[in-house]
Amino acid sequence: MTSTNETRLAATPGQTVGPFFHFGLNYVGMNHVVAPGSAGAVRLSGIIRDGAGEPVPDALIEIFGADADGAIPQEQGSLDPGSDAFTGFGRAATDDAGAYEFWTREPGSRARGAAFFAVTLFARGLPSHLHTRIYVPGTPLTNDALMASLSESQRETLVAIRDADGNLQHHIHLQGNRETVFLDY
Amino acid sequence: MTHGQAAAPVDRQTGSATQDQITAEIIASHAEQERAERASTDGREPPLTTLDFAPYRSSILRHPTKNPKLVDPETIELYSPAFGERDVAPIEADLTAQHNGEPQGEKITVSGRLLDTRGRPIPSQLIEIWQANASGRYIHQRDQHPAPLDPHFTGAGRAITGASGEYSFTTIKPGPYPWRNHQNAWRPAHIHFSVFGRAFTQRLVTQMYFPGDPLFALDPIYNSIRNQADRDRLLSRYDHDANVPEVSRALLFDIVVDGPDSTWFEDAS
Repeated sequence: MTSTNETRLAATPGQTVGPFFHFGLNYVGMNHVVAPGSAGAVRLSGIIRDGAGEPVPDALIEIFGADADGAIPQEQGSLDPGSDAFTGFGRAATDDAGAYEFWTREPGSRARGAAFFAVTLFARGLPSHLHTRIYVPGTPLTNDALMASLSESQRETLVAIRDADGNLQHHIHLQGNRETVFLDY
Repeated sequence: MTHGQAAAPVDRQTGSATQDQITAEIIASHAEQERAERASTDGREPPLTTLDFAPYRSSILRHPTKNPKLVDPETIELYSPAFGERDVAPIEADLTAQHNGEPQGEKITVSGRLLDTRGRPIPSQLIEIWQANASGRYIHQRDQHPAPLDPHFTGAGRAITGASGEYSFTTIKPGPYPWRNHQNAWRPAHIHFSVFGRAFTQRLVTQMYFPGDPLFALDPIYNSIRNQADRDRLLSRYDHDANVPEVSRALLFDIVVDGPDSTWFEDAS
């Protein structure tokens, strides 16, 4: 990161979310960024697996996505069950089968860019969190700087698959020959 | 406040390594990382927290094996979800007032500021905490430690930072607890913190510790941070003058998030 002239503070390091985060981080409707089945709603779901191919039953995944027109949501109310504001933010804990599910809007992009969800991933056994992206299939990926810098097999780890019913599926692999590309900024 | 999801308890087997073996692995890993850092020529700083840290046994199959891809953050990544007063009620910052009675243990306040690496306060952002009770027991269904639950303590709290990035929780000092990473493994007492910064790149989940804990040198999770100076940043500081006399002792814990945000490109030119 480029620094300017002012004093810089040392960053606080991350630590694992541990196995017992659910009672601290869960909130009602946290994986429903929009109401399931509402106009424009899409399901985004998948399975998170470890290096042995086993599902990770104690992971936490967060998404932050633009609205359908590419606008970046800055509304409050993610934790307010009475709010129907579109905040773009969702949180899901994996179940015993390592599966997560969101209901949200499919992000659009401004200009000619590809559209993606920003993603953070936490789990027991991850000493600190991971960043990645989930790209929306069918958006112009060839214009995207990250996509252009990756091999075909790496790109595949970041692009969701569209089901016959129009919903999105995206699996995450922490290790292995399909290891998801994780990001550093 | 919601409780843990319905999930079967996982009876994990205790790892076979002794504490001495784990401690030796920690020391060897820190030395190896220091050597690698000195020898590094690519100019990239290794992460503060080591993802591939075998003394923390459950990381072995869960850490990515490839270096993260360095990218310029774009659009959505340069902003954070917005939170505010409609998301969190003020009472959620007092973990001792969530039931019809006083919880067991030593009452403390944990206060501080949320800042970025330029020292700018981050107002109106969400801080979530969770912790074990005074006996070292989590309310979570998967916690198998036979220490008693406290009917007057859940151990989860939330706050929205004020105009100067400030926050304050009232809670109970958590106890240390055993886990099954290795033989006779005990975690130092800690409070989990989850914070949002000015951008999604700054998202942080960490743990706050208490000064002087004798378990520090023995703990693989605390030691997944390779440098002592960085580990020290997770220690809260006792502030006698900030005590509430006759009621609670005060601990201070500032949190500094790092990562580019939407003002980064303007300022970097």
